[in-house]
This record gives sequence, structure tokens and C-alpha cells, in this order.
Amino acid sequence: MNLAAHAPILAIVVPLLGAFALPLWAKLHKLLRDLWLVLVAAGTAALTVLVAVQVYTAGIQVYTLGAAWPRDAVAPGGFPIRIVLAVDALSAFMGLIAALVAVVGFVYAWRYLAEDEGKTLALTLGTLLWAGMLGMAFTGDLFNLFVFFEVTSIAACGLIGYRTWSSRGPEAAFKTMVMYTVGGLFVLLAIALLYGEYGALNLAHLARLIQGTTVDRIALGLLLGGLLMKAGAVPLHMWAPDAYGEAPAQAVILLVANTQISLYALFRVLFTLYGGLADPAIGWLVVALGTLTLLVAALMAVVQMDLGRLVAFGAVSQIGYMLLGVGVGLTVIAARPAYGLVAIQGGIFHMLNDAVAIGLLFLAVGAVEKAAGNRNLGNLGGLGHDLKWTAGFFLLGSLALAGIPPLNGFASKLMIYQSSFLLSPILSALAILASILLLAVFVKAFQGAFLGPKLSRPEPVPVPMLVAMGVLALGILALGLFPNLVVRYLVMPAADALWKGRDLYLRAVLGR
Amino acid sequence: MIGNTPFAVCMVLVLLGLWALLFRRNLIKIVIGIKLIENGVNLYLVATGYVRGGIVPIYTYAPPDATMVLPTPQALTLTSIVIGLATTALMLAFVVVIHRHKKTLDGCKVTELSG
Amino acid sequence: MSVVVRTVARILVPVILVFGGYVILHGHLTPGGGFQGGAVAASAVALVLVAFGAPSVKGLKSPFSTLEDLGGVAFVVLGFVGLGFTFFANSLAGMGGLFGSPVPTGPNPGYLNTAGTLPLMNWAVGFKVLGGLGAVMVLFGLFGGDDDR
Repeated sequence: MNLAAHAPILAIVVPLLGAFALPLWAKLHKLLRDLWLVLVAAGTAALTVLVAVQVYTAGIQVYTLGAAWPRDAVAPGGFPIRIVLAVDALSAFMGLIAALVAVVGFVYAWRYLAEDEGKTLALTLGTLLWAGMLGMAFTGDLFNLFVFFEVTSIAACGLIGYRTWSSRGPEAAFKTMVMYTVGGLFVLLAIALLYGEYGALNLAHLARLIQGTTVDRIALGLLLGGLLMKAGAVPLHMWAPDAYGEAPAQAVILLVANTQISLYALFRVLFTLYGGLADPAIGWLVVALGTLTLLVAALMAVVQMDLGRLVAFGAVSQIGYMLLGVGVGLTVIAARPAYGLVAIQGGIFHMLNDAVAIGLLFLAVGAVEKAAGNRNLGNLGGLGHDLKWTAGFFLLGSLALAGIPPLNGFASKLMIYQSSFLLSPILSALAILASILLLAVFVKAFQGAFLGPKLSRPEPVPVPMLVAMGVLALGILALGLFPNLVVRYLVMPAADALWKGRDLYLRAVLGR
Repeated sequence: MIGNTPFAVCMVLVLLGLWALLFRRNLIKIVIGIKLIENGVNLYLVATGYVRGGIVPIYTYAPPDATMVLPTPQALTLTSIVIGLATTALMLAFVVVIHRHKKTLDGCKVTELSG
Repeated sequence: MSVVVRTVARILVPVILVFGGYVILHGHLTPGGGFQGGAVAASAVALVLVAFGAPSVKGLKSPFSTLEDLGGVAFVVLGFVGLGFTFFANSLAGMGGLFGSPVPTGPNPGYLNTAGTLPLMNWAVGFKVLGGLGAVMVLFGLFGGDDDR
């Protein structure tokens, strides 16, 4: 059996099987559950890396579920049937981000979650969320995208609200669930519109069939609205501070990766599905929403006193940067392809940098909560005397997020500043302003929580949590010191796959 | 002449659900609004599969030269109904937990998180 | 609940369960299948909950959870059966043996022994849905128990 050919579906199925079997092992013995989780996480990460290596060396991987051989996607009539997984460079890139975040999260959760507070439930839901994210990244079928969209919604809201002994978690989870479900229903309505018009659900087939009729534009608007609701762009970001503030820390970094995968789905729809239209107005809309997001979220972060909500607004602001970068690319890509390509590279590189930096910040906030017992800046003080490593990690994450060289945020933010400056200088000025605001907010938070006289005696932070944060810190340093290597080998093929690789994608799935 | 009437009716259902979602404060009524939107979208999806003069798409039941209604939207709608069931169950579970803590279902009174 | 309701519930619960099993089993011949049959069977749990009150189903939470997990694992493992071709490939159809007879063309009453892995997957999904919905209903019955009438 050719493992490399079956790797795309196995990467989705192994965490699914692991999530279903985890409670069964937990009923027998806790150690069996931990061993099973290690096995499943290692297997999924290995399969994701295998898929990524295949895609970066051999080209787009296509896998048809239920056919006679994996690439048998096209029926004798000339149209694709069955559910098709199509992994190109951008999908593999998102899969790698999800694998890094999930493995770090599970190492962190080993000692962060207490045993009697629903640890099995949190681990099961986390594995299910990982499976859903990989499904959304690897699929080539629009309805399959919707199904995995809803799988990730349910798993994410379960992770936010499973701690039912307080009412804050379920309240945040209810609000998040309402927004996710309405977003999902908009996406389903758009799929129904497109299916009623063309009779096709496969992304590649629809991309060939779409003309720019009014129904198509309504469907594009609905898809944009639904996917942006999940990504957390302003004005649909209301769920994000509550959700990121109330979920346990290892779940929050999975939620951040979840929003990035929804952004990936949005880019897939805009570039591959509607790429034939290439209307600059859509690009300007994405640019406007991105600028609004990064500015409003940075402004709202200034008044927060809760450390978790503060970092949450920082996370929402970074989504704006990704939207700005890729939006600029979408606006100019038809007229000036080389310039648009650099803008898209900036946006996609920022996805990786943001996942690592915001992940480190959220994990540090979780460590503070576990050590000191609460997260309110009014009650914290002088933690840097005892929690030296955590203070260092928080400082490193803040500097990386604000874009200070030689850390990783600087490289991607510089690309975004340069490309948006060429489109309109106001955008660049607003983006730099938001960065400065966020730096000020994080400096205030760092000074309030870690510096100054000691207010209480914190408990020591367990070593696995420090190891997990250390891995992300090493990632920040590595990405910051060697950005050109990362851009040339990882980001450039991913960015090419959106515009120049569109024909390759269509031909790989449809065969012509 | 049916024309586009099924689709218009489904959009009316979706708009009614959106109205209930946005303008009602009771948490259960918000969940009912979401269910209305979902029912409208599911009906829309099934209605796209209609073929004029078609019969039930059961393979072992059909005479040899029959025109069948499209079965794919029915499979899609079934998947969507199952997903809707799971999301509704989850939302109602959260409402039950919120009620257990706060003893009220008014959306304006239960907010603890703000800012 | 009154004596009439309880007596009728005692008679109806086996009937509902059998009907749910029938819908699951004939999923590849008539409309129905895994989810529909599982939901019908879960309505028996709802009937027991309404007729006899919450304490009668208290012991069923853990078996329903285990049933749900076993159903999920069985579904994914059945996908691996076809891995010689691709995942979820229906390699048992037409091969003889269990559920393996080929399907004759034209109108026919529908033979149960056909369609390969589909009936097996229907059973896996049916058990999963029964376990899941049953667990949800048992938990609602146990937690909302302030005003049991």
C-alpha cells in the first residue's frame, strides 16, 4: 500500500479515529489515554509533514474518496464525481501551521489541565478540532468545506464552554456558537445558490463554470460574510474576545489556528473559485475590512484590564494584517502580477508568524493564570521575580507581535507595509499606527504583571508548559533570523499556488 | 406555473429567522431563530433538485425509462440536518447551564463579559 | 405521568426500537439509513424519559457514551476496509459473502444482502446517533430537574 498516495486522507482520519477512541481508553486507565494521544498526535504530525514534502517536491496531490485509484476523479462524461481532496502548496502550509500549533498545545496541556476538571473532554475536543482543521485545509470540494467548517465550529465551541462550573465559559460559548452557526448557514446558502445554478460542487469544476452573473455575486457576498464571521474581522469580531478569554490556554491557540484556516478558505474561494472574475472592487473591500480590523482591535485593546482579553484583541488585530496583505494582492494581481505576488507573500508569511507569536503570548497568559490564580492586571504584580522564564517568553512574544527586528513579526509586517504603501500611503500609516498601539498595550501589560514589587507568591510553572513555550520561542527566533530561507522555500510556493498556480490546480483535479 | 416560488418562500423563512435572531432577547428564542434560518436553507437546498415530472430517486423502484428527481441535494440536505441537530443540541446545552447558574433566560441580564 | 401513559409507553418502546432498527437495516433499499434510524430509536429514550421521569434513565448515561464512541470507531475502521483502492471504497460490494450479492437491474423488490460496506456503515452510524442523542436526552433530564411534573 502506497502510504504517500493515501497520506492526505490518513492525515484527516487518524485524528478523527483518535478523538473517537480517546474516551474509551480513558475509561480503562489514564495512562493508556495519554499513550494513545501521543501516538495519534505523532502520527498525524508525521502524515502532515509527509503530505507537505510530497506537495513541495512532486506537485499537487489529488485524492478521490471511494474511487478505484486515488487520482480517479473524473467520470467518463468529463465532470468530476465523488469527494476530492486537492492539496496544493497553500493547503500544505496551513496543515503545517495546524500541526505545529496542535503538538505544542498538547504538550502544554499535559500539565496545564487538572485531571478532575474534564481533561479527557478537552483532549478529545482538541483532537477533533485538529481533524476538522486538516479537513478544511485539504479538501477540494465546496460542500465538504462546509461540513468541516461546522465540525470545527462545534469542537471549538465545546472547548470554550466545557468548564460548566462557572457561567462565563458557557455564555462565551453560546455567543460564539450563534455567530459560527449563522456564518455556516450563510456559506450553505451560497453553496445552494451555486449548486442550483451550475449543478457542481467540486471547487475546480465550479471554477471553470463560473461567470459573473448576479447570482454568482450574491453567492460571493454570502461566502465572504460567512467566512469572515468565522475569521473574526471587524464588524463581526464580537465573539473573539469572549472566546479567547474564556477557553483554556491550549484551546485558545487551536482557536487562533482555526480562524487562520477560515482565512485560508476565504482565499481559496476568492482566488481559485472566483479567480476568473478578478474584480478589483472585491480586493478593495477586503483591504478596507482588514484596515478596519487592525485599527479597531488595537484601539479596543488599550482599555482592557484582563490579560486574556488584551491578548485576544491583539489576535483579532493580526487577522487584519493578513487581510490587508492578501487584499492588496487581490486588488493589483490582474494588472501587476509581480507586485501582487509580494503582497500575498506578506499576508501568508504573517499567518505563520502570527500563529507562533500569538500562540506564545496566549500560553504565557495561561501560565500566569495557573501560577497566580487570576488574570486581572489590577491584582497582578511583580511576577517577574519568580516566573523568570514566563516573563521572558511574554516579552519575546510582545516584541515579535509588534514587529521589532530581528524577530519574525518584522519580516512579514515589512512586506505588508511596503505593499500597502504602494497602493495607498494611508493604509500603511494606519497599519504602523496599530502596531505602535499594540506595542504600547503589551508594554503596559508586561510592566503591570511582571515588573514592580511582589504582590503575591505565585506557584511555580510546570516544566512541560515551559518546554512548549520554549519551542514556540525558538520558532520565533528562527523565523526572525532566517526570513529569506522561509520565504523562498515555504511561503513563495504557497503564494504562487493562489494566482499563478490556479491553472495547475484546475488541471490537476480535472485532468485538462 | 411554479417558477421561483419555492426559493422565494425559503428566503422569507431565512429573513424571519434573522429577524428573530436579532430582535429577541430570550435565549431560547434566539435558538429558535437559528433553527428557522437553517430550515429555510435546507428547504432551499432540497428545492434545487426538482426535475419537472420526476419520480422518487429509488433505483429498485423505477421503471426503465423514468426521469428521476436529483438525489444529490437530498444527500446534502440530510448532512445539513444532522449538523443542525448537533449545533442545536450544543446551544441548548449551554442555555441549560447558563439557566442553572443565573436562573434567568434574558439575554441582557446574563452578560457577565463585556468591554 | 398517569397510568395510561406509562402502560402505553411500556408497549410502545419495543415497537419504536424495532422500527428504528428496520429503518437502519434497510437504508440501502428504502429511504432511511443510519441517522434516520438512530433518531427514531432515540425517540424511544425520549418516551421513557417523559413517561417515567428522570430517575428511570439515570443509569444509562455511561452505556450511551460508550455506545457512541464504539459506533464512531467502527465507522472509521470500516473506511479502512477499502484502503486497497482508496479510503471509503466499497470493496465488499459484488464480492459474494456478507452483503456481497450483485444487484439485479430493473424494478425488483430490493434484496437485503447487497451493497457491501453500506449496511455495516449504516449500523455504525445508527448506534452512534442512538448513543449520542440518548446521552444528550439523559443529561437534559438529569440537569433540568427543578420542575419535574
